[in-house]
Formats: sequence, structure tokens, C-alpha cells
Amino acid sequence: MDDPYQTLGVARDASQDDIRRAFRKLAKAHHPDLNPGNAQAEARFKAVTAANEILSDPEKRARFDRGEIDAQGQERPQHPSYRDYAEAEPGRRYGPSGPQQTAWSAEDIESIFGTMFGAGARPRTDSPLRGQDERYTLPTGFLDAVNGATTRLTLPDGRTLDVRIPPGTEDGQILRLRGQGTAGWNGGPSGDALIEIHIAPHPIFRRDGNDIRLDLPVTLAEAVLGGPVEIPTPGGKVRMRVPPHSDTGTELRLRGRGVPAHAGQSEGDLYATLRVVVGQPDAALEAFLRDWKPEHPANPRAAMEPGP
Amino acid sequence: MITIEVLITRLPGLHRQDIERWIGNQWVRPDRDAGHYVFRDIDVARVRLIRELRDDLQVNEDALPVVLSLLDQLYDLRRRIAELGDAIARTAPDDLRRTLADHLAKL
Repeated sequence: MDDPYQTLGVARDASQDDIRRAFRKLAKAHHPDLNPGNAQAEARFKAVTAANEILSDPEKRARFDRGEIDAQGQERPQHPSYRDYAEAEPGRRYGPSGPQQTAWSAEDIESIFGTMFGAGARPRTDSPLRGQDERYTLPTGFLDAVNGATTRLTLPDGRTLDVRIPPGTEDGQILRLRGQGTAGWNGGPSGDALIEIHIAPHPIFRRDGNDIRLDLPVTLAEAVLGGPVEIPTPGGKVRMRVPPHSDTGTELRLRGRGVPAHAGQSEGDLYATLRVVVGQPDAALEAFLRDWKPEHPANPRAAMEPGP
Repeated sequence: MITIEVLITRLPGLHRQDIERWIGNQWVRPDRDAGHYVFRDIDVARVRLIRELRDDLQVNEDALPVVLSLLDQLYDLRRRIAELGDAIARTAPDDLRRTLADHLAKL
């Protein structure tokens, strides 16, 4: 390996800051994941990283300067880069279509070979061909998507499909019904029906991954004194206690009351954010507040004051 | 296949909260086994990549989703090109492959 100072392009007496700046600049230019397939960049990145290993550590740098260690001896074991996985089969896990999709959809293949067969044209072959996939969208209620449901979908050709929506289905998720697409050719298998789920928003619940969030209105008395309240959850109403001295913005968590466990994922939680509602004018409350001298007067708008 | 505890000991300076936040953001998608995360080799390499992007290349976490999404798209395309090439190598007759190569060379 070359002199680490030369590799980073810094002077022998460069400051640690200069070294850090030089390393970052070179690392940005040569990072292998930003230059896939560029062996030169990869080699350069390794050299830059190794040089930085020595020079960024004042102790190692001093030992190198004194000739106690050479540039080579300090190379760390090289880990396989992310690219080694991402370009190969395991990388499908992080592909845009997700790991459960087949790698090549009928659309992908058509986009490359479409001009060979011509869209919809009669294939000039006697060999069996798989039928095309058909795409549909299925509007779905929020709770049906959370809890799972079976919905009947009527196709343009009059057929009906019973679509099982699994619990924990997400907006935009595509369900594949094998063999429910266009019939095959020359005895080939039928294509699949691809059903994209469109989830309608819910008036109360919001989805946050596997958690469910909602705003829970409480009275002033419930917030200050605490007390039992009923909370709607996707699985039905649940009673719980509001702790005393709660306030607007206090978040209560109900463990396991979010999206039910599904597909290897454990169940989510439900988060209720309290909203104190003062409600109708009340003579007694007015009278109390008029004479009330708070023990610890506080300005709730303190955080809005312009800073110094 | 390693657990989050093993992963942290292999990556000094990285905190469990970092990794859990990255999982929460869907940047890293380990398997789950009985409520525990299980990291495959690619997940470990991806954690390492995110750390390099953040700490060495100073991509802050607000910008990371854009960078990761572009990288994912790039690798998906490169994987597809490799698969296409492999499919051609396995199925296309020699003369077709030569025709294709000639055509591409003239583009």
C-alpha cells in the first residue's frame, strides 16, 4: 500500500480536521455502493479507508510516523460490501417490489419483449403460453384491512372472486390470486389476478405500521383526577384508566390492541393521545376559575416566545 | 443469521436505538422469530452501509430514505440486467446471442 498521507492527499503535518475532511471527500467520491461495478473506485475506497484508519487515530498515526507500523499491517478484515448481496439473489429482499413478489412480472417481461409478441396479438407459436395477469383495485374499509376480511369482487366479465384480505393488510398492497387472470394459450396455465388494496381512511383510527393511533377526548375532570374511560379499538371497546394529572397530549398505550399478529409479525399497540375538552359553559367552573390562584402559575405559550 | 445483541457487539459505536429506529423506518428489514429480530448477512451489510452513509459520508437521517431508495432501485435494475443476461445465456441460440451483441455494440 502507498503512503497513507499520499492516499488521502494531505501533508505530513495536516491537522486531524484536515484528515477528516480529506477522507470524507474521497469516501463520497469512491464509495462502492455509489459506484457499483467500478472496481477502480472500490480499490480506491479500500485504500482511502485503510489510510484513514491509521491517520484518524492520533496514536496509530504517531506510530506510523515513527515507523513502528507499516501501512499494510493495519488493514482491518474486509467485510463483504452491501453491493455483494444487493446485486445477487438476497438483494430481492430490498427491491422495490418486496421479497414476496416474483422477480419478473408479466409487465416487466412485456416491457422488454412486448414488441416481439405485440400486445394482445396472437402468439405465433404452438407451445403453451401462460395467460396474462389482470390488475384490479379493491376499495377496502380500514377495519377490514386491519382485522382481515373476505370481500367479493365482481370482475368486468361477470365472474366473482372471493378475495381474502389478510389481517394487517397495508394500503397499496397487492394480493395475488393464482390462476384467476386471463386463460392460458395452447393449454398453458392461466395468469394471476393482481388485486391492489385501497384502504379508506377511518374517522377515528390512524394506522402507523402495526400500531394504531387515535385522539381520545376526555373531560377536564378525567384529565386532572384520572378515572376509567372506554376506548374504541379495532377489536372493540376496551376500558382503561386515565392516570391522574394527565393533560392534552398525554399518550396512553394499550399493549397488543393495534393491528393483530399476522404473517410472522407480532401484534401492534394502540396509542391514545388525550385531548382535554372543556365543553359547555358551566357556572360553577366559571366561579371556581375566577377565584382560583394557581399554586404554580405556568405560561403554556412559553415555548412560542421568540428566543434571545 | 444473528440477533440484535450480536449485531451490536460486531459494530462498535452503534447503538441499539439506532438499529431499532432504522428498523422502524423500514430501512432495515430483518426477519422476526418469536418476537426477536434475526439479521441475515444482507441485513448486517445494510446496517453497515447505513452507518457509513451517515457517519462517513455525512448523509443525515432525513436524507437517508432518498439515498436508500435510489440505491435499492439501482441494485434492482442491476440484478435484473444480470438475470436477463443469464436468461439469454441459457436459452438463446449462439447466432441470436451474436446478433444481439453486434446490435448492442453499434448503439
